[in-house]
Amino acid sequence: MAITRGFTRRGGGERDPRLPPGQHDAGDDWPVLHAEATPSIDTDRWTFTIDGLVDTPTTWTWDEIRALPPDHYEGDIHCVTTWSKFGMRFDGVSVDTLLEAAGPQDDAAFVLARSHTGYTTNLPIEDITDGRAWVVWDVDGAPLTDVHGGPARLLVPHLYFWKSAKWVSGLTLLAEDEQGFWERNGYHDRGDPWLEQRYQGD
Amino acid sequence: MVAPARTGPWQQATVLEVRSETPTAKTFRLGLSRPAPHLPGQHYVLRLTAPDGYRAQRSYSVASAPGRAEIDLTVELLPGGEVSEFLHEVVEPGDELEVRGPLGGYFAWDGERPALGVAGGSGVVPLMSMLRHAREIGRPELVRLVVSVRSPAALYYRDELPGPQTTLVYTRTAPPGSPRPAGRLTADDLAPAVEDRDVFVCGTPAFCDTATGHLLGLGVPAGRIRVERFGPSG
Repeated sequence: MAITRGFTRRGGGERDPRLPPGQHDAGDDWPVLHAEATPSIDTDRWTFTIDGLVDTPTTWTWDEIRALPPDHYEGDIHCVTTWSKFGMRFDGVSVDTLLEAAGPQDDAAFVLARSHTGYTTNLPIEDITDGRAWVVWDVDGAPLTDVHGGPARLLVPHLYFWKSAKWVSGLTLLAEDEQGFWERNGYHDRGDPWLEQRYQGD
Repeated sequence: MVAPARTGPWQQATVLEVRSETPTAKTFRLGLSRPAPHLPGQHYVLRLTAPDGYRAQRSYSVASAPGRAEIDLTVELLPGGEVSEFLHEVVEPGDELEVRGPLGGYFAWDGERPALGVAGGSGVVPLMSMLRHAREIGRPELVRLVVSVRSPAALYYRDELPGPQTTLVYTRTAPPGSPRPAGRLTADDLAPAVEDRDVFVCGTPAFCDTATGHLLGLGVPAGRIRVERFGPSG
């Protein structure tokens, strides 16, 4: 381990156990990091589609997805650019509920999440099932704003936050892993913050 | 698009030179132990390690042109910023720092297609790499920059940035005799520079949204605009 001359931990206290390695607490800030122009998407023309290796490819309109049984996440989020935020609440619908309607086929092992901007990100199917992923529209009780991915984004909070696609438009179930936008640009295929899987090869 | 270089492992870099750009910005020239070619626009991650194993890391854009065994990282001092304050107050030539890169294959210029860079404040750093590269390969016309800056004293790279490729937009204080009064970036500032160029926008989230709004209004397709938002990440 290469010690940096003169560098010490601030405050000297114990590190917050909620912080994965290499992360810091962003406090009240919620930094905004995306690589395209921020879109403004009307709920009138917003849709969410599950297709690929499913029995019933399914598309929900805004009103239809909002009528599904609600679910929420309370906890922390972690961005690969090293900030984390604690104690967030997101309201939406569980991805399990959506997949139940579409009926994943046995050979579906990966998903490619897609956004209305063309953004994509890839995930193993185990990372978006069993209560680990949501499509969300409210954060801390208020609608998600455009810059944070509103009207709705994917939420996969146990992975780095680029996996939680803003302006999400759907999931395509695949037999083979297909890299998304940041993954093709050098970021890790899975992105577990506790294993510090930031870049390809980590 | 040229394929981005494969991200290398963590490596030790030696601080060769520290230069003040403004009262709150310093450029650190780092000699790499394992030089790797970068594309203008890419960044490195810099990691600090305390004796007890505690680590802090941040991403910084490369300001220098590719093709050397050293890179320039320009760091804006953020109040309370754990890493930027350490770099500004403690680091001096001869120190060793751990870095990893180059990173970011999207906000990167291939050195071939005409490009327009639109920068707010410290967002000029990755775009300076593009301008320097274009000048070095003898094709300065490939890059145009529109740089929004608070005042003359806040301008980075003041000896190199001005020139026929660059439009400076002063938002608070314009230099004496400036034909454009101080004020925020407008569509009129961007219109003459858009031409048929790929656009790279870099700055705070608010600046990026304002600039991309103007560009879309001028008819630039969203697919030709790449954005790098600099957050308050310390």
